[in-house]
Amino acid sequence: MHNWKQRLGFWTLRASAFLVLAVLAFLLSDIILQGREVISWEFLSSPPRQGMTAGGIFPAIVGTFYLSLITALVSVPLGVLGGIYLSEYAKQGKLTRLIRMSIRNLAGVPSIVFGMFGVAIFVNFFNLGLSLLSAGLSLGIMTLPVTITASEEALKSVPDSYRQGSLALGATRWQMIKTCILPPAVPGILTGSILGLARAAGETAPILFTGAAFLYPNLPDSPFSQFMALPYHLYILATQHHDISRVRPIAYGTALVLILVVLILNISAIILREKLSRRYRR
Amino acid sequence: MEKEINCKLKIENLNVFYAQEQALKNINMEIDCRKITALIGPSGCGKSTFLRSLNRMNDEIREARVKGRVILDDEDIYENGYNVVELRKKVGMVFQQPNPFPKSIYDNVAYGPRIHGIKEKNRLDDIVKESLKAAALWEEVNDRLNQSALDLSGGQQQRLCIARAIAVKPNVILLDEPASALDPQATAKIEDLLTELKENYTIIIVTHNMQQAARISDSTAFFWLGNLVEYGPTEEIFERPKNQRTEDYITGRFG
Repeated sequence: MHNWKQRLGFWTLRASAFLVLAVLAFLLSDIILQGREVISWEFLSSPPRQGMTAGGIFPAIVGTFYLSLITALVSVPLGVLGGIYLSEYAKQGKLTRLIRMSIRNLAGVPSIVFGMFGVAIFVNFFNLGLSLLSAGLSLGIMTLPVTITASEEALKSVPDSYRQGSLALGATRWQMIKTCILPPAVPGILTGSILGLARAAGETAPILFTGAAFLYPNLPDSPFSQFMALPYHLYILATQHHDISRVRPIAYGTALVLILVVLILNISAIILREKLSRRYRR
Repeated sequence: MEKEINCKLKIENLNVFYAQEQALKNINMEIDCRKITALIGPSGCGKSTFLRSLNRMNDEIREARVKGRVILDDEDIYENGYNVVELRKKVGMVFQQPNPFPKSIYDNVAYGPRIHGIKEKNRLDDIVKESLKAAALWEEVNDRLNQSALDLSGGQQQRLCIARAIAVKPNVILLDEPASALDPQATAKIEDLLTELKENYTIIIVTHNMQQAARISDSTAFFWLGNLVEYGPTEEIFERPKNQRTEDYITGRFG
């Protein structure tokens, strides 16, 4: 009787785990099977032609690259500084609790709201127009909770004995952080940030109103250009195009490229973490 | 010969509070130059708190408040505007658990001099060599200065931490049970080392080990419940304690 129950429990757990795996496998195999026939050097390196029914997605790849770069430049430095403040300087009081709570809430805000925020603040108020910069800033703000939290956690996991050792040698607080606390925290900060960036690279909503273009076959030539981006391109091909069934293969190809970009980012995060943490193993 | 610094420590009416609790009660004490002073007493008696109040490491503990004066080199280290960074250059500290940084052996020892502005490679090389020699570690590590300090044994790590403290040329070295995490052999090495170091430094050591206190210290202070119960030459404390409690503790009747 007892044994029977245990077995049932065990199989329920196992089935749940396999269900997750099955969903992922189904999703990936669908995209890979349908997308791989479209992917060619030509597809990756040329702009869309004939009303997007032919040609490739090069401008969207480049757009997503630039966009991620701006996102990283916004959210990583700010995130690290915020994390340092929370972990090393902030007194544990009401204000700090409020800041932490706000960060958590910010992480839960739907991404479309960041899009609206971007329109109001960056596009209109700062008059940056529909541009890579407006979109990158919106995505950067959206990613901020991830980079702040990743930095704070990474810094907190550095043993206190390093702090004490450093201060006892006459280091100022900032010298201590720079020389003893930040270096061992770098792997964690980078890993968390890259995962946040990978998430941002796949977002459509925040760039929808802030600068992503339906069709912009030229490559963006300044931070103030409009641009194409992979997730937005996919969204258009899947729902907004006048001949959806004809562009379906291109949509699958775009999806496959997007997934590969995210996958490459995630894998590089893992490799980086392994490499760096070997240097600071403890 | 460098300027002779008065390395005598004078503690006047020192009180330390953690939130509502009083950890040290009105301590008055004079600690001699270039001697080893052992602080003994049961856990929670305030000896570590006392040690940490001598280089103001209690500043790092929220809710810790200090009243009273600690005079070093004719200055009260608790006076408003006293430079804590300068204080910690004069008063070094070695912790209970060896805590080398995850850097090379060289970078660990050069850490202090570097943050205090020494950049020339030659000078740093000299300081690293001198400090490692003074900490009796040079012979064991001189061929692998660029290897991680974390590869050293526990005893070696602790001597490295002593070298790291010596490298900033302090006058006083505080040690908080430096051998409690080490095996007897490594402990013996640390004790020999301290006996050598007292030629040049004022050494104050917290220890739970009575034999250790008796072996290496010149003076001993017995703390109990935040009070300094008895303080005097080690011989007297161990052979003719004046206070019954001191005697009970030393003979192992409580602890």
